[in-house]
This record gives sequence, C-alpha cells and structure tokens, in this order.
Amino acid sequence: MAKTHVSTTINGDPREFLCDPADSLLDVLRGPLGLTGAKEGCGSGDCGACSVTLDGRLVCACLVLAVEAEGHEIQTIEGMATGDHLHPLQQKFLEMAALQCGICTPGVLVAAKSLLERNPDPSETEVRYWLAGNLCRCTGYDKIVRAVMETAADMREAAR
Amino acid sequence: MNEISNKWIGRNTIRPDGAEKVTGRAAYAADTNMPGMIWGKVLRSPHPHARIRGIDTSKAEALPGVKAVVTAKDFVDFPADKPVPLGIQDMRWMSRNMLAREKALFHGHPVAAVAAVDERTAAEACALIEVDYEVLPFAIEIDDAIAPDAPILHDFVQFDGKPSNIAGKLEHKLGDVDAGFAEADVVIERSFTTRPVHQGYIEPHACLVSVEPDGKTTVWSSSQGQFMVRAMTAFLTGIPQSKIRAIPAEIGGGFGGKTICYLEPVAAILARKSGKPVKMVMSREEVMRATGPTSGSKSTVKIGAKKDGTITAAQGVWYLQAGCLPGSPIRGAAGCAFAPYDIKNVHALGYDVVSNRSKVAAYRAPGAPIGAYAAECVLDEVAEAIGMDPLAFRLKNAAREGTKLAYGPVLPRIGYAETIEAAQKHPHYAVPLGKFQGRGVASGYWFNAGGESSAQVNITEDGNVVVTTGHPDIGGSRASIANITAELLGIDYNRVSVLIGDTATIGYSNLTGGSRVLFASAMVVTESTEKVIEQLKGRAAQIWGIAPDQVVWENGEARPIGEHSGNFPSMTLAELGAKANATGGPIGSGTQSNTIGAEGGFATHVVDVEVDADLGIVRVLRYTSFQDVGRAIHPAYVEGQMQGGAAQGIGWALNEEYIYDKKGRVDNPGFLDYRMPVCSDLPMLDAVMIEVPNPKHPQGIRGVGEVPLVPPLAAISNAVYRALGKRFYSLPMSPPKVLEALDMPMAAE
Repeated sequence: MAKTHVSTTINGDPREFLCDPADSLLDVLRGPLGLTGAKEGCGSGDCGACSVTLDGRLVCACLVLAVEAEGHEIQTIEGMATGDHLHPLQQKFLEMAALQCGICTPGVLVAAKSLLERNPDPSETEVRYWLAGNLCRCTGYDKIVRAVMETAADMREAAR
Repeated sequence: MNEISNKWIGRNTIRPDGAEKVTGRAAYAADTNMPGMIWGKVLRSPHPHARIRGIDTSKAEALPGVKAVVTAKDFVDFPADKPVPLGIQDMRWMSRNMLAREKALFHGHPVAAVAAVDERTAAEACALIEVDYEVLPFAIEIDDAIAPDAPILHDFVQFDGKPSNIAGKLEHKLGDVDAGFAEADVVIERSFTTRPVHQGYIEPHACLVSVEPDGKTTVWSSSQGQFMVRAMTAFLTGIPQSKIRAIPAEIGGGFGGKTICYLEPVAAILARKSGKPVKMVMSREEVMRATGPTSGSKSTVKIGAKKDGTITAAQGVWYLQAGCLPGSPIRGAAGCAFAPYDIKNVHALGYDVVSNRSKVAAYRAPGAPIGAYAAECVLDEVAEAIGMDPLAFRLKNAAREGTKLAYGPVLPRIGYAETIEAAQKHPHYAVPLGKFQGRGVASGYWFNAGGESSAQVNITEDGNVVVTTGHPDIGGSRASIANITAELLGIDYNRVSVLIGDTATIGYSNLTGGSRVLFASAMVVTESTEKVIEQLKGRAAQIWGIAPDQVVWENGEARPIGEHSGNFPSMTLAELGAKANATGGPIGSGTQSNTIGAEGGFATHVVDVEVDADLGIVRVLRYTSFQDVGRAIHPAYVEGQMQGGAAQGIGWALNEEYIYDKKGRVDNPGFLDYRMPVCSDLPMLDAVMIEVPNPKHPQGIRGVGEVPLVPPLAAISNAVYRALGKRFYSLPMSPPKVLEALDMPMAAE
C-alpha cells in the first residue's frame, strides 16, 4: 500500500513522515518519529496513556489517524520540559511521589497541563473529572490529584 | 536494629529514576528497538476447549515477509506426569500456558506464533495457519467444573482416585473446631462468591529478544524478575541460562501478573529460527483474554463466638479457579483468612479447580483478599449478633506476639492490635452518616516473603556511591535503597545512584513479589555497605599508620579514636575514594543472601459508602487504611502502596469482573467494559502508617505492598450492609446487582 506523506509540527518543530493510511498518530510517534513517551495501554482510547494535544486539544493519539496530523500542531510529553528545566507539574509529581510504575505518568502529565492551561484554579472534582480518562492502577489517584492542585496553587502564586 | 540517625530514612526523597519517568524517556519494554528487528504475533485458539489434531503452517511460511513460524513442537516438552518446579510455578504448566500442546484449553490460548517484517504481515500469516481442532465441551465456572458430568480438562488430574477438575487440596487445622463451635453462643455460617479480576497493569506484556549465531540470547522485557525470565526462557527453550542475558526494562505495573513469562521464550525461538531480533507486544485484548487474572471463588465460612466476644472456632472452605492449568492461590485464601485472630480452633480448606479460562497469575497477596472477604464478612455478622462494635470485637480477638496461627507459625512482635486501636481513635470512625450511607471495617493479613537477593555497593573514584540490586523497581524501591545507603554512609542522598542490574551484572535475585523487595534488598545493601565502611576504616587506618579498630566511621568521615583521637584530620569518602588505588585498590563490596525474617503484615481498613438508590451505584465517600508498616523508609511510597491497594480493592468489590459469553469467550476484554476505578470514582484515600519495627530486620522493615488489598472487599461489603440493611454475598456489588437487591423486599435474615 502506498505511503502517505504528512507534514506536521511536533513540540514546535516541523516534522515530516510517511505513513500507512491505517496508522494511528501513536503508531508514528512511537515508530518512525521515535517519541516513545506516549504509551500504548489499550489502543482504544480508554486508558489515556497516549495523551497528546492536537492544536491544544487533549486527545488520545491512538484514536487519531496519523494522516490527520497534516498541518496541525502536536504536543507530546517530550515537549513538556524546557531544556533541563522540568515543568512545574513534572517537578511536583516527583516531590509528591505521584507516580509509582510511571507508565501512565506521561499521559497524566499531558492531560494535567492541558487542564491547568484552561483552568488555573480547578477544584478537586474538576481535577478528578478531567483526569477520568487517564487510568492509573498504582496510586489510587490520591497523590496525582494532590500534585495537580498544589502545582496549580504554585503557578497561580508565581503568576501574581 | 541499627542505631541510626534517621537523616535520610523516613524522608520523602526524589526517586533516582524520577526525571526519566516524568519526561517520557524511561525505557519500558515496548520502547526498545533494535536494527533489523522483526515482529512476532501469536495465533490464539478460537475455542475454549479443543484437542489439537494437527497444525499446518505451510501457507503462513510461504507468505512474503514471514521469517519464522513456531508451534509447541519447537519447545522443550515437559511430560504431564513429571513435576518440574521453579519457585511456585511448574514448567509442565508454564510450557502449556505459553503454547498449547495436546489441547487448547481456553479461548485465546496461544497455539502458534509467527515472526515477520512487520506486525500486519505477522497477523496476516497467523490467519493462514490451519489448525485441525476437535472441539470439546467446556466448563467455565466452578460449579460447572466440579459437577459430576463435567468435561475433564486433564486426564492426568485425579481427585479421590478419579479423573477430576479438582487439581489440588490444602488444609490447615488447629485444635478441634467441633468442640469450639459447641462452646459458642453464636454460630454464623455463610457462603460467598467472587469473580475473577485482572491485575490491570496499564503496560501490556512486551519483549524484544535477540539471538546471536553463537547462541548468545539477550532479552529485554517487562517483568517482575529478570532472573525468572532467564530461568523460564532457559527451561522452555533449552537454551542454557549462562547464554541468556535478561535485561529488565522499566515495568509499567505488574501486581503479580508479571511473575511468569508469556512471550519471552516464544520470541527467543522465533529469533533463533529467523536469525533476527524479534519484538512482541500484546494488545490489551490479548492481556485481558490470556494473562492473569486472579481466581474467581466460592467459599463457605463458619465462625462461632461467646457472648463476651471470644471467638471459639472458625472454619472455612474455599474453591478457587486455577484457570486451565493447576495452581490457584489456595494457600493465600486458607492461610491468611483467619490469621489476624487468636483462635484456638481453626479448620481451613482450599481446593484448586481447573476450568477453561486463562491460567491465573499472582495478584497482590494472591488468594488472601478472597479468604478475608468471606472471613471478615462473617466476623461482622457475629459481632452484630452479640452486640459488639466490629472493631472492639476484632481487638478482643486480635493476634499478638505469641499467637499460634493455623498454618504453622507463632507470631513475633506485630502491630495488628495497634491498627485497630488507631482506627478506633481516628476521627473517621466517629463521623455521623446519613440515609443510604454506611461504614464498614475489615482487617487483613499477608505472609510477606524474604528469599534470595544480591547487591553490590561500589565507591567511585570521586567518592560517590553506586548501588546495584537485582529487583525491578515498580513502586519507588530505588528511592528507599538510596535512603538506606545514604543513612548508613552518613552522606547526602544525591551522592547515591541506585541501578537495577541485569542477569549478567548482578547476582541472582528473586522476583519483585511477595512484598519482599525492600525487606530483602535492604538486608543485602546494608550488609554490603557495612563491609564498605569496614574497608573505608581500614584504608584510613593504613594511611594514618594505626590499627583499624582505632578508626570510626561517622557522618561520612573516618575519624581516629582512642589514643589517636585528634592526631589526624578526619578523612571524607571523597578523600578515601581518591586514594583507593594507592591503598589497595577499588573500594566496594557485594552480598548475596537468602534472606529470612520477613514477618507478616497486618492492616485494618475503615470505609464509608453511599448507595445511589436510583442508579444502584455504590460510591466510596471516605476511605482510611491503618497498616503496620514496620518502618517507613520512604513514607510517601509506603502510603502509595496503601492507597493503590485500597483502590484496587474498591474496583474488585464494586465493578470489576470477567464476563463470559455462552461460547466460553471473555465478553469484556478491554478497559471500557472491564471497569477499573477512574479518578472521578474515588475520594482521597487516607493512609495511616503504624510503625512497629520488624525485630528481624536491620531497619525494621516489613513488606507493605500486598496487605493493602486484603481488607477492602469485606470492608466495603460491610459498609454496603450498613447503608442498606441488606447483605450481599457475592462480588462485585455492581449497579445491576444492587438495583436488583433494592427492588426486592427487605428479607428477614
């Protein structure tokens, strides 16, 4: 089957790739593009481990066709830190032990960042419902929710 | 126990592997690739039970792009009548679980495997393999499997001298239960069922295997033990262990489900046949159909007590599903169910039942939650019948130092009573509740394990420390090991690196399982570090020209004492590291040990629920776990274990279950229909750590990872009873079941 050429922007950089029409965005991120931070936990949009943003919208990369990336901007976990400077959410997750095995962590971080960009002062309920698409089997979510709320508070303080 | 300053032990340090895990750079098994790599795929049985008369792979082999096809014939044969144990597993069953031999035993059972240039070609080739099946009648549920006319899975399994699906029996006896029940004022007997539930790790099984032309085999895989991977791959393929290097990838959750191999030996033979590295990654559907879960069960428990609250006797019988091959965790159910209590007369029986389901794998305190569910629900009814508070009833009967348990041991100093007392005093236990709300309590016990571990502690030339251990780190154990090493050496935590060695770079270390990792690795790391400190003192003594016993190690420095006190300036680790080669060579030491003294763990949980009478949904309002954690080396990760176990227990109690269709196929093999708790389902999960140090461990460590899953099933059941005034005797208490119960008139029970 002939491959399709796609030009897109990933973490701010122009990128091109060839893909099969049936490839998902996750397939090309993890395959030819070598961005393995997004994980495949289910391939059906139920676990959120492959969360990325597409033009700022939070999506499961496994549910987006690779060809749909044409002309759009993708942000992945690999673009979250600036140089060796972790994003406040990344730092807070480490300080508060909000990860155990770490497989869901990239997706949770991408989703949480997306939340705080929309809502800098989320309630616990808002955090819980926003992250309801990101399965974590290790933590029971307690430390994740606390880390997101504390980060939000820190970021609000820093922005004053 | 060591006298230690507690500068680092008890600190919530940042884990050594943290940065890569929050940036997406940590390499899990599916993230690893090799030049020239090809892809392996498994063909799975479409029948739950069928004799395999023949397999024709010729069409698959002829497909362009296909590099190798394997069936069971390509692997070592383990005759069914000769046990070949490896730990708690048996190679007879592992080989048949990996690839069907005589029969396909469940829908989804691997039958053959293909390696091809890409995943799609491999899948296409699988579809071209022709398997001649003789379809057989099947049994899925326990009652169907033990019925007199049940289809028998294995000719070689006999019970009471007859072919049977009961593959094993285990019995614990203490005292005389008949005499005990005769003394009781109240005797309550109830029967229960639980459904199989999956471990639910988010990372599917994955591996990459390369076999060189000289036979050297390298395995990268996600598992709970690289040495288990090496041993099972060697057994099943015939490749000697010395030729296999098993490298542990970061692991995306296991909970016991990654203590056995599904893919690695298959990939190894595909790689050998094709001459190319082979990568295999399961889909979520394959994970749900063909790995894990833990057993479904049926049980009956009977408990008798006097009016003053003394339990006089306890009896239980548990039937646990093993899946298609023998080996369910009956030991956990029968051994742990009554272990929190000092009961003079106990009889616990467990039966291992095979049926046409995927073979069960360990799941966090295997069997113990099933045992505790029945025991702790009946205890709750007995307490109510004699008019005692359920916590007071448990405290009156609590096992303590010196208590003899039915499965054998006499308990040393434990902190079980302390967990109950802490629950009684906690504000949670006094919060008023409203309509359709209820509070439940339950306790639980898990054995905990010691076993083989190895560690190497090396001092770098610039005076820092590299610690290598042999256990995959699933929940932050590297941070705890760094805390202990920094504490013992008296240096900053950030000067300690902790690595997980592979099978070629560190000595044999048993699985990450049994809540054993920190218990065991802290022991070997402590011994190694103490040997390093002796070396450091010796080096300083040599430099100063004094006897080694005239040197102490304090705050990261060697200092002369006695008559030499003050004669020489102290020497730091950095100074001694720099002089290492001039004073006798590299500084470092290793320890390999079979650790003992891992005493059991106890926990008590309190939970408040609210039942939505319109939707049948049980919502958890508040959850507090109280656990004797021995000593919390890294408290946040100990809390994390307690919270994660509670969440898994909530899922097991309220929603999770395997659903089969009429053709013997799992009907919900994905995260949408197999409903694990999501973030919006849960409240904060409070964790109260009680530290009663294990007297047999240098830092007082007890295993903490598994006991958190033991109490929740009963705690939530007891809470739902108090919310509705009606008891459920089967899990999960899912909305349809709750609605059905609400529609029925309240029975006079």
